[in-house]
Amino acid sequence: MSKPKVAFYWCASCGGCEETVVDLAEDILGVVEKVDIVLWPVAMDFKYQDVAVLPDQAITATLLNGAIRSSEQEEMAVLLRRKSRYLIAYGSCAHLGGIPGLANQFPREEVLRFNYETSPSVVNEHRTRPLLVFEDHGRRPHLPELRHVVRSLDQVVDVDYYLPGCPPTPNLTKAAFDALLSGNLPPKGSVLAPDTALCDECPRKASKPADVAFAEFTRPHQKLLDPEKCFLTQGVVCMGPATRSGCGAQCTEGNMPCTGCFGPTSRVRDQGAKILSSLCANIGAKEEPDINRVLENIPDPVGTFYRYGLARSRLRRRVDLT
Amino acid sequence: MSDSASPPASAAPPAPPPWSPRIVAFFCNWCTYTAADLAGVSRLKYAANVRVIRLMCSGRVDPQFVVEALARGADGVLIGGCHPGDCHYVEGNTKMLRRFQLLRRLLQDLGLAPERVRLEWISAAEGEKVKTVINEMTAQLRALGPLGLPEKFASWDQEVIALARQMHAAEAAEPAAPPSAATPAHPEILHV
Repeated sequence: MSKPKVAFYWCASCGGCEETVVDLAEDILGVVEKVDIVLWPVAMDFKYQDVAVLPDQAITATLLNGAIRSSEQEEMAVLLRRKSRYLIAYGSCAHLGGIPGLANQFPREEVLRFNYETSPSVVNEHRTRPLLVFEDHGRRPHLPELRHVVRSLDQVVDVDYYLPGCPPTPNLTKAAFDALLSGNLPPKGSVLAPDTALCDECPRKASKPADVAFAEFTRPHQKLLDPEKCFLTQGVVCMGPATRSGCGAQCTEGNMPCTGCFGPTSRVRDQGAKILSSLCANIGAKEEPDINRVLENIPDPVGTFYRYGLARSRLRRRVDLT
Repeated sequence: MSDSASPPASAAPPAPPPWSPRIVAFFCNWCTYTAADLAGVSRLKYAANVRVIRLMCSGRVDPQFVVEALARGADGVLIGGCHPGDCHYVEGNTKMLRRFQLLRRLLQDLGLAPERVRLEWISAAEGEKVKTVINEMTAQLRALGPLGLPEKFASWDQEVIALARQMHAAEAAEPAAPPSAATPAHPEILHV
């Protein structure tokens, strides 16, 4: 009897999601015992061709992490979609665009110029940039093209499930595998994490006041944070109220506020607008100049409220870009 | 870019049916909406570019409504509430003011002209002000030109569609392309 086939693939990502799969530790043995891995570029040597020759839907599940921002990543997303019964957007980047999605604030030319020319750590006197096609000893190799827009996986192909997080936690990953292998699956399109706000599982919840009145916002590096009190009472921007739970509140337990990597719950359409609404309504000041003084310590609202979700937010990108 | 046979969707601003700004207005029940009523009863003429949505309080305006309106094709969003101190619910308008300060900055960071989102205090007696504000905002938006986000999203996604078409064509060239290949990338269609 043949075992179910599973593929792991990465697109625009940092590798942290791959690490989570390894973080399953001994549990990974149970998974590996029950499945055949047919593609896992970070750990095993397969070629794309090995996937291309498989019949359609031959792979039971593909866990794809990373945002989609190059033609190659798009091609692989389309290929893996076709070869897989279940395509799972694994991690914040595939789910919402993630950190790479913040590039949606800049034109592609600016991204390329910074990375190949003006970044302080770059030495590139001839301002060489990768070419899409070039001549090399009579061959004409092609390189992938960087897209203008960073996309979440579901903005490119149809997605069955989402595993949120930067990175998703091992226990959510294991639960997803168990669900896949037992066939005990929620409705298509589900995010495989609880549909409640992070505050629900935060150990600081008891100290969350019914009425917050921010006199000022403090950024985590600006003062010693109380390890037990709700961050909102300390005037620290915490994305918890607008973020899905399921991570085990690891950041708040580690004395850092939530930055929102699990994305919104199903009842929120735009995570950034929602947390902005909640935080601002609770500012103490009533007059415009005083309000703006309080808001000064949120110097970068886009990067703060859409840290992981800009690509999948309602506006997606700087709207004046082409 | 690979823009073979896919003309840019929204390049030319004044297209054949003359464009006119679309403003979505969120008016509070107690002041601004009543003022708009008064403007009507007083037979004041103002630009027909505004679509008014009545809410109980400007404090009910979730910033999500604003981005949603823009994403769905509004050229501007106008929010009207009671003057400070006059809120029927004591401080709903203050909540809106606080949200508005940061929302405006956030939208500017995302490339929107500040004129596209506007907050005004208009009391139930100020029918004239409804008229002035709407006319002024309509003129400003007309000068700015269309925002056209739905068209913009579609034109951004041309780059994905072009590739899907290419792959599609390559497959069609091979004998007996599998039927499931007929589901190419279809960005955003998924989300409508």
